[in-house]
Amino acid sequence: MKKKSGSRKTVNMAYRSMKDTTLLRIFVLPVIILLIIMNVFPLFWSLVLSFSDYSAKRATEWGENPEMIGAVNYSEMLRDPKMWNRFITTAKFVLLSVGLQMILGFGMALLLHQVKFFGKGFLTTLLILPMTMSPVIVGIMWKLFYNANYGMFNMLLGLGKIDWTTDPTFNLYGVVIADVWMWTPFVMLLSIAGLSAVPRYLYEAAEIDRASWWYKFTRITMPMVYPLLLVALIFRTMEAFKIFDIAMGITGRGTTAPQLLSMYLYNVGFVTWKTSYGSALGYIMLIMIIAITSIFIKYLNRARQ
Amino acid sequence: MRKALIWLLAAMLMVSLTIYGAGCKAEEAAEEEIAEEEMEEEAEEEEAAEEEAEEMAMADSITIHWAQWAPADNLEALSAGFTAETGIEVIVEQTPWETFVQKYNVEMIAGSDAWDIIVADSQDVGNMAINGHFVELTDFVQEKGILDSFLPSAMYYYSEYPKGYERYWGVPVEGDALGWAYRMDLFQDPDNMAAFEAEYGYALGVPESWDMLKDIAEFFHDPDNEFYGVAVYGDNGYDSLAMIAEQTIRVYGGDLGNFETFEVDGYLNSEGAVAGIEYYRELYRFVPPGFGDAFYVATNDAFISGIVPMSTNFFAFLPALANPETNPFAGDTGYFTCPPQEGVDGVVRQSAALGGQAGSVVSYISEEKKNAAFAWLEWFAREETQAEWAQLPGSFTCHEAVLNSDEFLNAAPYNPNMKESFELFQDWWAVPQYDEMLRTFSEVVGAYVISGTGTAEDALQEVTDIWTEIFEEDGYYDPDFDPNDF
Repeated sequence: MKKKSGSRKTVNMAYRSMKDTTLLRIFVLPVIILLIIMNVFPLFWSLVLSFSDYSAKRATEWGENPEMIGAVNYSEMLRDPKMWNRFITTAKFVLLSVGLQMILGFGMALLLHQVKFFGKGFLTTLLILPMTMSPVIVGIMWKLFYNANYGMFNMLLGLGKIDWTTDPTFNLYGVVIADVWMWTPFVMLLSIAGLSAVPRYLYEAAEIDRASWWYKFTRITMPMVYPLLLVALIFRTMEAFKIFDIAMGITGRGTTAPQLLSMYLYNVGFVTWKTSYGSALGYIMLIMIIAITSIFIKYLNRARQ
Repeated sequence: MRKALIWLLAAMLMVSLTIYGAGCKAEEAAEEEIAEEEMEEEAEEEEAAEEEAEEMAMADSITIHWAQWAPADNLEALSAGFTAETGIEVIVEQTPWETFVQKYNVEMIAGSDAWDIIVADSQDVGNMAINGHFVELTDFVQEKGILDSFLPSAMYYYSEYPKGYERYWGVPVEGDALGWAYRMDLFQDPDNMAAFEAEYGYALGVPESWDMLKDIAEFFHDPDNEFYGVAVYGDNGYDSLAMIAEQTIRVYGGDLGNFETFEVDGYLNSEGAVAGIEYYRELYRFVPPGFGDAFYVATNDAFISGIVPMSTNFFAFLPALANPETNPFAGDTGYFTCPPQEGVDGVVRQSAALGGQAGSVVSYISEEKKNAAFAWLEWFAREETQAEWAQLPGSFTCHEAVLNSDEFLNAAPYNPNMKESFELFQDWWAVPQYDEMLRTFSEVVGAYVISGTGTAEDALQEVTDIWTEIFEEDGYYDPDFDPNDF
């Protein structure tokens, strides 16, 4: 009997895999459509709007609202001296907040990893609790702590009547403290995971060679934990640039609030309804975040290699 | 002969039959026509009846959107009377003040029918009217007598847009204005009275001018002993700071601008306006620490905590101070209206910042829902309903007869001051651009008042320039501009 080209088994397998691929596509398609509608389309639509003069509050009338005006929004923004103050304030916040989180988080992780004591697991759980709270609640809670007249923060630290919420000298640091309190456990968790993955025999070998603590830390611990620290750094940097809920809860949205980009974006977009200007600002923030995290990712890839 | 006769008879028969047939047809046609006409009439009547039925058809529930505060709770409780009368359920959905205006603006931009009535801020009436979010109620308020029974100033500020054109968009729900509370025990203390008179040369008492109010704040200000001179708003996230500022601007002889010509130059940057803002900055020196974001909660808290001798707040928030369960000094708390002041031009003026909101019908809801909403507004505007409304703590009527009644005046210790304030109150701009104007004002003037940045003159000139630009760009100064053209 002449053998037919393509055995029945091969045909069935081909049929099954095609069917699987088709099924795969079918199952994934709704999510893709949703992503396009909710993410991709708004991303490109807001890019178009950023080159127009559009206010969502006014009736839409093509040619008038929106009216295409080129890069006017971007140039106005970049020529505004107040905007540069906002960039600097946001950068200050990111450096302070993320820097402190990394130092404190890694430090706490080192302590918890090296020191063994009764109740260590319970303490670790308690330390993670701030991270599990809603950021808005954290902001409101810290606002009460910071109250200049009856707040516990000043009272416990003997700081007198420092206004951590509305005094421009202090309120940025107030937001930093709350953000560090909330997100240090995140860095701590990732660091603990990294420290736990370091093989014990490396330390044992180093001890045999009478290596110092510093040598072990810099030549064994850090290189092994470094990639996870970078991951924590990337996530925290991205989030710090977008900080809104904690800042809003503590300082409100008045002009005494720290001039952070996200707060300004909210005011522009949803208070004065300058939608296109807000879109332009959103894109500038996106470019900034992508640029900075790209640098970190480059180092991360190098570390993995 | 016979044949001819037969033919003649046949012909006559034929003709008769023909005529008869034609007549029948005509009759039939006429009858058909009549029947058709009758059918058409019936159809028209049915259509009219259907339309009337549709017009009268009401939904079985309506949702009112308002800010989250005691008057909204009162409204829900009061509306049980409407439900009992009509069977229509009334739900009052509340949003915290901090996000109230943003929330309903977002919903209206999206053409939402989530709510049937919005009790919106007075300064938003222009925005809502021009963008078609609210149903025009001009005929409604006229036919139902609301225009005659409610205070003209209330209809002007809460409901009319454009101002002076007699087009109305809401029924005043909550009348409100800024007022003051003070510690009578401290003011009447003999030692305080003697010391004050020795220092300032006149007797301590309820402030009779803004200058006197500042003197009293300065006299009582003792931060070393954690006692401060006054509690006034400092929050400039929305309109708190602007409300105080507009009062001081006006009493010193300035203004926010001309509401009919939209001119700002010469009003907001006038000598009187500058004096008013400089006054606010000086008064602000006597507030407790942390008042940079102070709004109604903070000023009440400061008074209740006993750290200030007087505080300002919208009358709707004063029930907390009159209640001994919330204010330990309730028995010693007195109230006063915003005082008059001699301006830089020597003219004495008195003004109170308007608060409060009007209920407006949302355009995007069904006819049944609109009918139910109109029915609610009509019920709410009745004198007996307004009288009941005015008895609830924090709820203030704009119904003239009720306002002038002894029942209202005696219902709460601050009610006489509230009534007096109704005769004085003035509002912010109610144009669609009000939010951008408010934000600009709050940012620039707030920086001076709270942080002492720059000068009052520079701040007001900057705001004047920005507002003028806003109006110019939107065509308000064009010769053919007609604010009523929408």
